[in-house]
Amino acid sequence: MKTTFGLRLGAWGLNSGLRLGAWGLGLFAAIFLLTISVASGQTKSGPAQASSPRSQAPLGIGRAATPDEIKKLDIDVMPDGRGLPAGRGTVAEGAAIYAAKCRSCHGAEGVGGTFDRLVGRESGPNFNFAMDPKLVKTVGNYWPYATTLYDYTFRAMPFMQPGSLTPDETYALVAYILALNKIVPENAVMDQASLPKVKMPARDRFVVDNRKGGKVVK
Amino acid sequence: MERQKTISRRQALAAGTAGILGATLPIAGQSADQAARPRVPADPTKVQGPLSTDVGGRSPFEKPKRVSFSDRRTSSLTPLQDLDGIITPSDLHFERHHGGVPAIDPAQYSLLIHGMVDRPLVFTLADLRRFPGRSVIRMMECSGNGGRAYRREGNQTDVTPQQVDGLTSTSEWTGVPLATLLREAGASPKARWILAEGMDAAVMTRSIPIEKAYDDALIAYGQNGEPLRPEQGYPARLFLPGVEGNASIKWLRRLELSDQPFMTREETSKYTDPLPDGTARIFSLDMDAKSLITEPAFPDKLTGPGWWEVRGIAWSGRGKIARVDISVDGGKTWQPAKLDDPVLPKCHTRFRFPFEWKGGETTIVSRATDETGYTQPTLDVLMAARGPATAYHFNHIRGWKVLADGAVKFAGGL
Repeated sequence: MKTTFGLRLGAWGLNSGLRLGAWGLGLFAAIFLLTISVASGQTKSGPAQASSPRSQAPLGIGRAATPDEIKKLDIDVMPDGRGLPAGRGTVAEGAAIYAAKCRSCHGAEGVGGTFDRLVGRESGPNFNFAMDPKLVKTVGNYWPYATTLYDYTFRAMPFMQPGSLTPDETYALVAYILALNKIVPENAVMDQASLPKVKMPARDRFVVDNRKGGKVVK
Repeated sequence: MERQKTISRRQALAAGTAGILGATLPIAGQSADQAARPRVPADPTKVQGPLSTDVGGRSPFEKPKRVSFSDRRTSSLTPLQDLDGIITPSDLHFERHHGGVPAIDPAQYSLLIHGMVDRPLVFTLADLRRFPGRSVIRMMECSGNGGRAYRREGNQTDVTPQQVDGLTSTSEWTGVPLATLLREAGASPKARWILAEGMDAAVMTRSIPIEKAYDDALIAYGQNGEPLRPEQGYPARLFLPGVEGNASIKWLRRLELSDQPFMTREETSKYTDPLPDGTARIFSLDMDAKSLITEPAFPDKLTGPGWWEVRGIAWSGRGKIARVDISVDGGKTWQPAKLDDPVLPKCHTRFRFPFEWKGGETTIVSRATDETGYTQPTLDVLMAARGPATAYHFNHIRGWKVLADGAVKFAGGL
């Protein structure tokens, strides 16, 4: 997958031959271990052996999923824009929807509500969240992907009417929140094409987990 | 161990109203405390007891309960100080949910697996139960567990093990290995991540590395011999041994295989670890080794000098606990604790240590080492690595201070 990740996530994100090679080995090991464990379990099961899974052959349990039922549940949106539906929304439209459906929890203009603060670019001298307990993580200073804002808002907001927003309303709210954070201009229009192109301020801050056990505390 | 517990007294008061046992008349002159205790026969050998019941309950003298951080109960903590051994009773397993506990009819339940698979499939609960199954005893810990022990300022002394670290529990989980479902659906060798999605009001999602899915991930439908409790994901959930609890998506409705992580709200804006160098660790899934003492602990009071048993639990998300060391002098000297069988990977392990209290003030501390050689760090070491404002993975050592009068107080992170 191209470069939708920051460089620091290269270990996962870049489509390198090395990575695929390592995965192939991992798969081989996983299948090998599965085979071993299933086989050892079968030594006690006797006659059941023939019908138990020794290989890649499916057991025939479950039924085929229809395209319609997949489409109904498949609401997630990925950083490269996969999963975004048709539709569009403007900052001004978003402001009106926000005032009606979001403001009571998140405060006027995304600040000062009883629930998560959405707006703010302050992150200290060097993305200081580990050192400064007074910093508040917001969409503007911490969220690495704009697509996440669409995904989460569409699936789970507003809190008391979860999953009730249309794609157009969601695009509009995303445009408004991004504009409040001064990430997109006031005349921005969010849709399938424009949203994945938005680069979030914190995008390149995220790094792979390097803890592996052993003597060093990381 | 003789223990004076303020909680127990309150619990006994509550239990007194139950009145389900054979009654004796209140005795004139007894204290209010005594009068409030559940009534039992003066001599239980002289009266027939009640007969069998469909569903058992606890003795009315025992009232362990989960508590929450606030009135808005989006989580609850396991009463670690009330438990022996390693299994957490299912009704006391800690909770964390992001959209409340959904009510799901098991007959209507289904799990969809799709994305980078040859055969997108739908499984009913009966389908999941038909697959070759597996039972494992494993712990689960919330990544935010123990934050109360991390703060240098405002450290409270009158807090129980439950209030400090109660977001960890151990169960026997039964289900079908996720690897089996991946094989059934014909997972593409190019798939690298799996989105797991719940059917709660948060439609909670996390991306799971495919390596974890093939290693020991389970689609669990059983907990401690019975179906999952509703708050634990009934009728089926993802269970990822050793991994921060929020990734084990409950009320699982969908698994989607992809070549990329989905970068959901929880795994980007929430469960990440900013570091002092200006970066933030993402997908920091594994829980590092940790231990805590559950007895003696606040609100216990040692009734006098002599022998007491220090008891607690230790675990590591990376494997088995190799050893637990105990200090009864505030960390100056250390001695190994005894580990009860079984010592299982990614599971609570019960440790015990004989403690001769000579009277006088001292601090008792535990320190776990896992089979990778990782030793539970001090607060200073962890804070140097993570910074004072970090929000998750608080596995540093903590202690309890025994005062000269025997009262036990939380000593915070050490």
